[in-house]
Amino acid sequence: MSNTVYSINGPVVTVKETKDFSMMEMVYVGNKRLIGEVISITDAFTTIQVYEVTTGLQPGEPVYSTGSPMCATLGPGILSNIFDGIERPLKQLEQMSGAFIGKGCNVDALDDEKLWDVKITVKKGDALSGGQIYGTTQETPLIEHRFLVPPSLSGEVVDTAENGKYKLSDCIVKLKDKKGAIHELTLCQKWPIRIPRPVDNRLPIAMPLITGQRVIDTLFPIAKGGTAAVPGGFGTGKTMTQHQLAKWCDADLIVYIGCGERGNEMTQVLEEFSELIDPKSGKALTDRTVLIANTSNMPVAAREASIYTGITLAEYYRDMGYHVAIMADSTSRWAEALREISGRLEEMPAEEGFPAYLPSRLSEFYERAGFMETLSGNDGSVSIIGAVSPQGSDFSEPVTQNTKRFVRCFWALDKSLAYARHYPAINWTSSYSEYIDDLSKWYKENIDPTFLRKRQELSSILQEESKLMEIVKLIGSDVLPDDQKLVIETARVIRVGFLQQNAYHKDDTYVPLQKQLKMMEVILHLYNRSKEIVATGLPLSSILQTGLFEKVSKMKYDIPNDQPELFDEYMADIDKQLSEVH
Amino acid sequence: MSLQFVGLKEINGPLVVLDHVPQVSFEEMVELTLEDGSSRMGRVVQIQGDRAIIQVFEGTRGLSLKNTRTRFLAHPMEMPLAKEILGRVFNGSGRPIDGLGEVYPEKFADINGKPINPVARSYPRNYINTGISSIDCLMTLIRGQKLPIFSGSGMQHNKLAVQIVRQAQIAKDSGQEFGIVFAAMGVNNDVADYFRASFQESGVMKNVTMFLNLSNDPIIERILTPRCALTVAEYLAFEQNMHILVILTDMTSYSEALREFSSSKGEIPGRKGYPGYLYSDLASLYERAGVIEGSQGSVTQIPILTMPNDDITHPVPDLTGYITEGQIVLDRSLDQMGVYPPVSVLPSLSRLMKDGIGEGYTRADHPAVSNQLFAAYAKVQDARSLASVIGEDELSPLDKKYMEFGKMFEKHFVGQSFDDNRTIDQTLDLGWTLLSMLPVEALDRLDQADIDKYYDPAKAENLK
Repeated sequence: MSNTVYSINGPVVTVKETKDFSMMEMVYVGNKRLIGEVISITDAFTTIQVYEVTTGLQPGEPVYSTGSPMCATLGPGILSNIFDGIERPLKQLEQMSGAFIGKGCNVDALDDEKLWDVKITVKKGDALSGGQIYGTTQETPLIEHRFLVPPSLSGEVVDTAENGKYKLSDCIVKLKDKKGAIHELTLCQKWPIRIPRPVDNRLPIAMPLITGQRVIDTLFPIAKGGTAAVPGGFGTGKTMTQHQLAKWCDADLIVYIGCGERGNEMTQVLEEFSELIDPKSGKALTDRTVLIANTSNMPVAAREASIYTGITLAEYYRDMGYHVAIMADSTSRWAEALREISGRLEEMPAEEGFPAYLPSRLSEFYERAGFMETLSGNDGSVSIIGAVSPQGSDFSEPVTQNTKRFVRCFWALDKSLAYARHYPAINWTSSYSEYIDDLSKWYKENIDPTFLRKRQELSSILQEESKLMEIVKLIGSDVLPDDQKLVIETARVIRVGFLQQNAYHKDDTYVPLQKQLKMMEVILHLYNRSKEIVATGLPLSSILQTGLFEKVSKMKYDIPNDQPELFDEYMADIDKQLSEVH
Repeated sequence: MSLQFVGLKEINGPLVVLDHVPQVSFEEMVELTLEDGSSRMGRVVQIQGDRAIIQVFEGTRGLSLKNTRTRFLAHPMEMPLAKEILGRVFNGSGRPIDGLGEVYPEKFADINGKPINPVARSYPRNYINTGISSIDCLMTLIRGQKLPIFSGSGMQHNKLAVQIVRQAQIAKDSGQEFGIVFAAMGVNNDVADYFRASFQESGVMKNVTMFLNLSNDPIIERILTPRCALTVAEYLAFEQNMHILVILTDMTSYSEALREFSSSKGEIPGRKGYPGYLYSDLASLYERAGVIEGSQGSVTQIPILTMPNDDITHPVPDLTGYITEGQIVLDRSLDQMGVYPPVSVLPSLSRLMKDGIGEGYTRADHPAVSNQLFAAYAKVQDARSLASVIGEDELSPLDKKYMEFGKMFEKHFVGQSFDDNRTIDQTLDLGWTLLSMLPVEALDRLDQADIDKYYDPAKAENLK
């Protein structure tokens, strides 16, 4: 008996009285074979969310079962590509339906015609278990793709192909499992997007994800395998921050999910990343990037899936032993997609119309991050950086609040900083990072034993300034004693010279940790020396007249990243000029 | 001859329910004929088995359970398109109301449009000189951008929009034609007349397509109005290679219509009663701006919305700001001080300007000047709030300079007359003159070379 459409309400379609479908199964709906997913089953109705526009669909049209859940296709060809929320390659869609996305375009996620130069790393008689590597190919100049045995399989290699050029669906290794069944391993595999890929075990957080952004690396660092949220109202620079991280962070691979955001932003990423060169390898940034673009006007159900597609791709590369960073811009749009579908299902809403399962979905997502030992015994990590777009810039709304419970790094973007064009507009009083303790050992061993102490001094000055500013707002800065004025002046240097970072300046856009340390040292040296002088009773104004504060504020531009020796001149200059103050 | 159904099952607000209809498709168009021979259009919004729920565009007044005959038209809502559509006036649901008869269509297009494939877009880079200093310098409009005006009731957003239309050289240098698509949603007749008169006065009326859904027209039509308008805009831009400027006013009325319709369908409301899908719905309109690779045309959108109670956190401006590429915010206190256009500089922003200004586009010093003006004006606000506590006399000399700068900036840079059309050089030079009022040490965003070239305190004296 065939199943047919009974009711249609936007992207939600039901089928009456059937027992043929299973939960989360992928189905094709209607004569145009629109892609959908089963989201609820009762005696009377099976409910399906459709990932495409349902205009023109009629009751009575067939619904086809596929027997498997929504899966991502995993194999070479993912990198440098751009997909929609359900892993359809947008370039192929463009060839099929032109500049506007049509309906019912079923295309393979990966190109099956392309030949890959495969090197097989196992031989006949080898025992292989799930997650182990049986071959490699150079997917892009930057990334070697390692073929992994599907996690559920294990057995003995009974046949291997020669090294050479193969298509995606060619069998290169045959595996005999315990029961004697032969499994053909090709260059690709499928994995259900809503299920985390298995790992051997979770390792403790120990390494920072270095981003080259001073306010992040120094004040609020994120770890490899960590999670961070970037909340901010519109125009505060969420997307800009995400772009900067995608460009400069030291992950091996970037998965950039544009979830319900602007079309032009995705175009911008596409254009910019193909022109930008990775500083470490000298190759184009697109070689290590995969984009998932489900813009705000594309179907809402696919927006909900895009987050899962993205993280599944990330986990796949993690299992090869790579450090992957995910930029999800923005998780609020994803939550809204949940709300929209929940509304169509007439579920009982919790806060602000969001479904009651919002927190559990968010936690499921963020828990897929981590620093892992993979099944093949390598180290790999997935770090998640999720943008949050709070309604009305109000951080007490449900998505921000629930996200805050599950992430350990919180970079709060501030409207008033953005209005003053202070970028990145990360507010240093309301942001935090819980990774400081985990990472302290790394900073001590790899950067400088005093790094964290200096960081603490820097943030104390900022804290004290924010207290003093309360007074200044009431009575002006003239009445403060000189030592407090010095705090305010130093904090200004920190804000302008250190926290503010110019993404368009060739040196300032990415600053290595060593330079960050040196900059901190110079600022603190200036502060401490000035404090000594002020303590002797000399007026602060005579110190300010030296112009040292302005000079130090501009050192981010004046000292190129590759000439750290110039910092010594700054130190000497401070000593010299301050000793002449009378 | 297609089947007609006599009578209805249920009537609820703008919705009617019909039972026992086979072969109906989702979002199909419907024609309802009343006993007196008049007809209304409708659209299928939900299907359950052989029951169809239909929204009636012109409202359900006068409908009874037995006096109507319903005919299903077997196609979704479509707009007839032809190049001759320029210069015409339509009602909110795309029917001609200028007495010139139906458009002879070259093709029909579904008004819901289709999403532009992100890989088919090309990134907008060509700036549009609007002749308005605050916009050109600080929140530059780019061809293919969607830049809304956030205003409030009683402010001069319409005048500003007209000034942009009159002065904007959208098609300059490219030798292509330009056109304007104007959609009025829930505005009163005076506003529509004002726009019509201004278009006529500036002689562009033959290049304008107008869609008018006035405040007393049915709300269901209001939901269709921007979709019809954008379908026309896309056709003219991407098939006729024209540069199209779309003005949508007022998006708040549109959203309210959507809310009214949603609640009559019995949907679960989100914030302030607006439906949970307001974001997706607005995005499906705003995202229809842009430039497509391989086509020479472009769609630039200037939606206008009035913020209820001047509240920028209200759902409509809030969600709009998340979708559009920046915003021009108007400020009531500037308006009351007599500054026109009352652009509130700090919360205003253009996200696309960074790639469309500077060397090769406008002038090399443009990015730095606009950055410095923003930073300096932010300091003005600090100085003002301090002055309101301790009095202006007690301010430090630098803060006093900022106060003076703020006053002049608002008077000469933000403020300009309705027919003042400034070139980008004039605007930037004016910016430098104003910055020259400040001591050179305070200008921390500028290059030394530019300072040497343009910084001139003597000029600033003249301004006073």
